[in-house]
Amino acid sequence: MTGHLAFGPEPVAAAVPDATPGSPVLDIRDLSVVYRTAAGDVRAVNHVTLDLNAGEVVGLVGESGSGKSTLAYGAGRLLRPPALITSGAVRYRGRRTAGTADILRMSPHQLQQLRWREIAIVFQSAMNALNPVLSVRNQLTDVIRTHLQVSRAEADDRAAQLMDTVGIPRARLRSYPHQLSGGMRQRVMIAMALATDPEIVIMDEPTTALDVVVQRDILVQIVELKERLGFSILFITHDLSLLLELADRIAVMYAGQLLEVGTADAIQHGAAHPYTKGLLNSFPSLRGSRRELAGIPGSPPDLRDPSPGCPFLPRCGYGTDECTTVPMTLAPVNGAAGLGQLTTCPFVGPGEPARPVRADGEEVTP
Amino acid sequence: MTIALPVSTEPAGASASAQQLGRWRRLPVNAKVGAILLGLFALAAIIGPLVTPYDPSYQNPSPSLSLQSPTAAHLLGTTQSGQDVLSQLLVGIRLTLELALIVGVVATALAVIVGVTAAFLGGIWDELLSLVSNVFLVIPALPLLIVLLGYLSQRGQWPTILVLSLLGWPWGARLVRAQTMAIRGRDFVAASRETGEKTWRILAFEIIPNQVGLIAASFVNTVLYAIGASVALAFIGVTDLSSWSLGTMLYWAQSQQALQLGAWWWFAPPGLAVALMGTALVLLNTGIDQVGNPRLRDVARTSMISGRRVRPTDPTPVLLDDLPRRSRVEAFLHSFSRSALLERGAAPDAAGEFRPGEIGEDSR
Amino acid sequence: MSFILRRLVFYLVAAWAALTVNFFIPRAMPGNAVQAIMSKFPNLQPTAYKAIEAMLGVGHPGSLWHQYVSYLDDVAHFNFGTSVSQYPSSVSSLLGQTIPWTLTLVGTATVIAFAVGTGLGIIAAWRHGGWVDRTLPGLMFLQAIPYFFLALILLEVLAVSLHVFPIGQGFSQTVVPGWNWPFVGSAIYHSILPAFTIVITSVAGWMLQMRNVMVTTIGEDYVLAGQAKGLPGHRVVVSYAARNAFLPQLQGFGLALGFVVSGALIMEIVFSYPGIGLLLLSAVSSNDYPLMQAIFLVITFAVLVANLIVDLVIVAVDPRARGREGAR
Repeated sequence: MTGHLAFGPEPVAAAVPDATPGSPVLDIRDLSVVYRTAAGDVRAVNHVTLDLNAGEVVGLVGESGSGKSTLAYGAGRLLRPPALITSGAVRYRGRRTAGTADILRMSPHQLQQLRWREIAIVFQSAMNALNPVLSVRNQLTDVIRTHLQVSRAEADDRAAQLMDTVGIPRARLRSYPHQLSGGMRQRVMIAMALATDPEIVIMDEPTTALDVVVQRDILVQIVELKERLGFSILFITHDLSLLLELADRIAVMYAGQLLEVGTADAIQHGAAHPYTKGLLNSFPSLRGSRRELAGIPGSPPDLRDPSPGCPFLPRCGYGTDECTTVPMTLAPVNGAAGLGQLTTCPFVGPGEPARPVRADGEEVTP
Repeated sequence: MTIALPVSTEPAGASASAQQLGRWRRLPVNAKVGAILLGLFALAAIIGPLVTPYDPSYQNPSPSLSLQSPTAAHLLGTTQSGQDVLSQLLVGIRLTLELALIVGVVATALAVIVGVTAAFLGGIWDELLSLVSNVFLVIPALPLLIVLLGYLSQRGQWPTILVLSLLGWPWGARLVRAQTMAIRGRDFVAASRETGEKTWRILAFEIIPNQVGLIAASFVNTVLYAIGASVALAFIGVTDLSSWSLGTMLYWAQSQQALQLGAWWWFAPPGLAVALMGTALVLLNTGIDQVGNPRLRDVARTSMISGRRVRPTDPTPVLLDDLPRRSRVEAFLHSFSRSALLERGAAPDAAGEFRPGEIGEDSR
Repeated sequence: MSFILRRLVFYLVAAWAALTVNFFIPRAMPGNAVQAIMSKFPNLQPTAYKAIEAMLGVGHPGSLWHQYVSYLDDVAHFNFGTSVSQYPSSVSSLLGQTIPWTLTLVGTATVIAFAVGTGLGIIAAWRHGGWVDRTLPGLMFLQAIPYFFLALILLEVLAVSLHVFPIGQGFSQTVVPGWNWPFVGSAIYHSILPAFTIVITSVAGWMLQMRNVMVTTIGEDYVLAGQAKGLPGHRVVVSYAARNAFLPQLQGFGLALGFVVSGALIMEIVFSYPGIGLLLLSAVSSNDYPLMQAIFLVITFAVLVANLIVDLVIVAVDPRARGREGAR
């Protein structure tokens, strides 16, 4: 029902010689996830289509509760009950695999082989995601020995190399998570994600829990490693400013739906959706001109009982009655600077300024 | 996005009693069973002694009424000395429940006072009170109870109540202290302190109301402990043997060899009454636990999805034909269909060529 | 090692508290304990007064402090006085005869119950809603039955009626106590039913506790990470979920030991098992205060030592208890 995202920047062909240029490694189509509760289904992800090309960094931005993590974990079928996938397909095609496979139709055994070997995850809080009773070495080698048929000594060796890769002294292999600093823990998490040389690394707010200086170091390291090893990144964050620097393409998520997708450049200079404009307006730009900062007033809608039309309408400065009937499909932006910029809002173009408050000051009841 | 979802809405302006009913309905099943069982016992305790057919201590001299199995006149039979077992049971439930409830109230009050005081005073007082609680916890209670009660002369239930209360608070105090520490740090309490609210007002209106669940659980646990301990103490004879409680019933039944004589009607009722009371309290407590710990509750509620049991660590189920929720019968029939196979992940892959890469090959 | 050191200090304080409480009980009780005993044994001569005083340790000359010091000195030399009921046996010799029986039976049964309950709890949480999980309400009923009541029924059915097990006692009358096979075999045979009683009445508690901790642990990110790593299911269950859930379980074990041991004592009475529980009953029924108090001390010390062992296990399992920032 939504358009296929065929566009995007050229993949980093040099780093991934055997990947077909332009072919997505991960192709999420029309994915819907609900949380089945006694009070009704919560539609956390609503018919979302997004792809990730080889060597590409796609940023997924949205406020908390927008469904960005649900989308990523749902694609890996890692959501716990009462989560339920109700529509879509998630096609995976990697360098080491023959053909394409739909993750939603995989057997538990196939999934076990896919996980981490092909798609690894850097969790938001390494403190919580590292097993407190296993040493760093054990947590690295168990995943290495599960997916690569190597001896214990070889696994130990690889663990040591991984520590070098992320810049932690090898002696730390004997440490337990609680003995490491926050930054070190996150580096261990990254080392773990790279342990089996995966195709895709999902990064779920990997730096949110860290202080600014460490954050910067780790982001620089991630970019470096990506250039060197050629994996693709799905980067989840609520921080759009970070993505503008880091991502090749950015997808903006709101209330379980994608509102806008485009290259980082297109989003920065030609955001088409009022929500994206609002996000851009809520942080100071380092290099841009000085302007007044504004948040987005209001709060996200109840996903249990979604109103028809655009979910952003109650908070939108441009909203009209037409918005209650507009189909939520991503379509090419009129007058977009680059190719491939898509938005669900047909009424507002890139040229228009952000408008935090309704022009008529009156609330439109959807 | 064409499928409209059934959305349940709370009727606006529902009356208070309807809300109460709704709250009751939302309780976990085990809590309901526990509450109903306990209610029955409470009823027996309240009206039981008024309707006892005989004086529980009256020894019918008629030899035919010694160790008589249940009859219409003696619904639970008689003891060796011709006493009516049903009358003893009704009076015994009353006494045992009464004792346990008093101990529960006193010990829980002590637990709240000690726990809150320790958390609020902090510093050396906290260390000291926590130390005392932990020491009391680690010292085995029953032998100490026996020694203490051995010295106290046994007149009525009060020595037992006193000693059980004195030894029953530390567990609750530990929990209350931890919870108070947690609540103390929250914004709304900090805000009240900033605005110069008096300490006792903060305690009474902010701290205590926020741990009602914990205090309730602690109370239920203490009652459970009091029943168990008082029955055990009576069984070994460290109690006032002239009164009728479930424990003294068991004591007399055992010492007069009820079981060896085959008089199950004499021996079984008090034991079963204790066991059922205990079960009711445990059920009630797991219910309180589930209400207080959303994760336990969610696990209990959400394991059935579309008629299929999903373990928390299973791959997220996939329901590709977006059907409305099924009834049990439909779910059973559905389990044979193709989409159910997809949910299980057992269906052959449409693009079945996926196979994991050559392992060990490093493509760098 | 500071964790163990701190725990040691705590156990010393607890031991001191138990000793002191024990010292003051006979002195703080309303009325004169000696008088109380005299009145319960009407055929005692008035001259026995001094002897009873000596046995209770209340007749010492000198200040309270002086009495306290000599009491501690006596305890340190395992001198608990003379038993009133089994005169002229010393209390310590009576304890020496009974402790090994209790320690072996209650210790083994408790460890088995804990291990089985923990294992079942893991299965119940992992196979949530499976058949193991659904046995829980039934097991909770078993747990709510008073120990002695279930023991009596089992004894009646399995020993008296069906003759599968012996009727009480620690060993058969036909064997000679000592380290010979007939005796040991007989002792094991006699301990099966009591041990079984302890296990089935306490297993549900451990199971419920482990299940609930496991359910909470399964929700932790590191278990999700274990799954995301594509590890085999058993590895996620054992090394990621269960091993973390086991720590609170162990701490709970330490705290509950006092209760468990108390219940087991009463069970001994039912089986006429020649352990410390039976001794306690005879002490109670004959108002043998010196014996009662000594038993209280011995049981308390046993529980403290068991707790220390639990702490050592915690240190072995939990790296956080090993480091400087020890848990608890």
